[in-house]
Amino acid sequence: MKLVSYFRGEAFQRGVHPPSCKLTAERRIRRLPFPDRVTVPLSQHIGKTPRAIVRVGQEVVRGQPIARSDEWLSVPHHAPLSGVVEFIGLRPGMRGPWVESIVIRAHAGATQEDLWGRPRDLSQATGQDILQAIWDTGMVGLGGAAFPTHAKLSVPKQAKVHTLVVNGCECEPYLTCDHRVMIEHAADLITGIRYAMRATGAVRGIIGVEDNKPDAVLVLRQAIADAAAAGVTEEIHVEAVPTKYPQGAEKMLITALFGAEMPAGGLPIALGMVVSNVGTLAALGKLLPLGQGLTERVVTVTGPGVAKPGDYRVILGTPLKFVLDYAGAPAVDAMDARQVILGGPMMGQAIASLDVPITKGVSGVLVFRREDMQERESRQTYPCIKCGECVESCPMGLNPSTLGMLAAKREYELMGEQYFLGDCFECGCCTYVCPSNIPLVQQFRVAKQILREKAA
Amino acid sequence: MTQPLIEIRSAPHVQSAKTVETIMRNVVYSLLPICAFYVFQYGISALASIAVVTGACLLTERFFVRTGTQAGRLSDYSAVITGLLLALTLPPGFPLWMGAVAGIVAIALGKALFGGIGFNVFNPALVGRAFVQAAFPTAIATYTPSFLPGRFTEFIPSTLAWPLMIPADATAWLKAKNLDALAGATPLAKWKFDGVIANADELLTSLSGHMAVGPSPLLILLCGAYLASRRYMDWRIPLAVLGSAALTAWLLFAFDPARYPNPFFMLFSGGLILGAVYMATDMATSPVTPKGMWVYGALIGLLTVVIRYYSGLPEGVMYAILIANAASPLIEKITQPVPFGRGVLDRVKKRATYPLNPGYISREEASAVTPKKRFLPNKPKK
Repeated sequence: MKLVSYFRGEAFQRGVHPPSCKLTAERRIRRLPFPDRVTVPLSQHIGKTPRAIVRVGQEVVRGQPIARSDEWLSVPHHAPLSGVVEFIGLRPGMRGPWVESIVIRAHAGATQEDLWGRPRDLSQATGQDILQAIWDTGMVGLGGAAFPTHAKLSVPKQAKVHTLVVNGCECEPYLTCDHRVMIEHAADLITGIRYAMRATGAVRGIIGVEDNKPDAVLVLRQAIADAAAAGVTEEIHVEAVPTKYPQGAEKMLITALFGAEMPAGGLPIALGMVVSNVGTLAALGKLLPLGQGLTERVVTVTGPGVAKPGDYRVILGTPLKFVLDYAGAPAVDAMDARQVILGGPMMGQAIASLDVPITKGVSGVLVFRREDMQERESRQTYPCIKCGECVESCPMGLNPSTLGMLAAKREYELMGEQYFLGDCFECGCCTYVCPSNIPLVQQFRVAKQILREKAA
Repeated sequence: MTQPLIEIRSAPHVQSAKTVETIMRNVVYSLLPICAFYVFQYGISALASIAVVTGACLLTERFFVRTGTQAGRLSDYSAVITGLLLALTLPPGFPLWMGAVAGIVAIALGKALFGGIGFNVFNPALVGRAFVQAAFPTAIATYTPSFLPGRFTEFIPSTLAWPLMIPADATAWLKAKNLDALAGATPLAKWKFDGVIANADELLTSLSGHMAVGPSPLLILLCGAYLASRRYMDWRIPLAVLGSAALTAWLLFAFDPARYPNPFFMLFSGGLILGAVYMATDMATSPVTPKGMWVYGALIGLLTVVIRYYSGLPEGVMYAILIANAASPLIEKITQPVPFGRGVLDRVKKRATYPLNPGYISREEASAVTPKKRFLPNKPKK
């Protein structure tokens, strides 16, 4: 695989190579036990927040829809547990403010089988039917952005999609959930890709995998060969792309695979492509034929502060405290300052409370101990010395150095108009390389927020 | 149970190992062999000069950091770099008190005035040198030959001049050593005023003759290669400076070989190599954009040769770099990188190996044509 990257050259321009720290790449996915109580936030994805369709005291079975919205950009939620709705109201949320959530207490002794789903035959279904079925599963992008999948896979009338790009890069350090899913659920993934190709009308599917996961490439190629032997006619390829952060961003992956630069402000549909994550499609491949809702996902629980790191199949709504207790995060018991991050170390969200539940968009739980953060904390922040490292690492070709200085001067309009602040997708490369320890990405987030508020 | 203490910080939660301190420290490391060879060439006078100039820089930096006038810390090594570089650009027999003045001016006027590390507009070491060049024109033009016998036991007489006093003339001292005063001229001065072009080996190491060349260009290139390979320095700027200087010199040489020296002499004489590798690459005073670095370096190379050929001065690197420093914000402004996906659309299309959609749909259009309700999920019947 190294040879591949040698001959193909750079995947996309700039970017960084953080140490990969994939501690859990060799471990099988294990199921986390069911907690006795789950908290399902109503707002788990981009778009409109669905509303609860159950009441307090109502009994629910696993897989039953408990929240729904009639808006286009919204998906239903399903009960992750068979039990009783105990509470509907504000609970601690991932981003800090408390959010409207449904708390379900498990029935002791319930089998926790998904009894709600109704298997159906989608072999003759049209694209529209498949999109409806995807909406029914409550699927959102499991890679982290949590964009409703039916909206992502629906193609406007004027556009035509020829390629489904399947994102198996997992460029974030530490995270291995997509890697393990590709290896252990390759057949589900192929099924999911076929459904997505039919929904979008794509004639070929291309799975892009970073070349630091050669085992996944081999397993997927085998799975494709098996499927072809079983009579699958769709054209599906696996492509290894050189490892580099942030390859998992759809623009970067398209550049790495096809050499095409996505026009700024456009969608992959502009190039006739639709991009989806392997975790999402593997879950679709499993759920769609069974007609079940999304009630669990694979989460990487890792980091120096975790005694039993691994990829766990966690039911949605499981409180972090339960996850960390099970995975053995010894620092959790001590009154020790530390950091718990939802997502990867480059773009993940540090959370303030361990009562925060696992939601659809959480791909990893990272725990750093006090000693892991000491080096960073002791770093002094200098003024920008204009070394140009950030300019050479920004995958979007922006000038973070100048943007940072403008942000310090609160010249937000200038940043947006002349320096293309809107193109920044907050991958964190500039802050990662900054020798002056300037929180560039944070400044950009603030600037974008202010610009959004001004525009509104 | 009390809630365990959790800290919140914004992403990214990991950082590369490179900090301002490591960059500056590595630049200092790379300067040490150059300084050592310089001392080997010129003896204890050079050593005293390096120590005094660097000391003056550090003390001035400490004063301004303590009084809160400038950002940064003493431990960021940037003042050490300024001191070492400044000392390397001065003649080895430069009076120590003048060296101290140069160091103080370099930090006070070149750096603290603008707010400290990262804010300076001009290279501090060159600001210091420009000041003493204007203030002490004779002393700064007085070079002594390298590899003098007894250089490790005896100071060059001008070194120990009393503060505010004119240094002793080195001519008599050189005569006592059976050397004529001209031996102390730099290769550039010899070419400018006498039309003598020095040999290659004299320029590169000065091991054979008594030519008064500065720090060894070969060693500087080697140390610069180390810095560039570790990515503590940008490789584009030295390449652009040397390339543009060589090109300009070669064009003129090809035009009239009798009048203009060969490009090799232009590259390896005077302070061009030191300036290209260590002065022009000063991060704070050079553009951040890759294209801007090429323009900036090319400007320095061109200006250096022009000043050397057409002005009254034998050396032009310092003024070339200072002028380019002043132009660097402008250069940066006109060489902003083209963001991803904002280039010429034809180029984008050409690079694509798969056919693109004929009708390109922007995000706004896509949302406009997507019906808000494509299908009504289980809408209750009235």
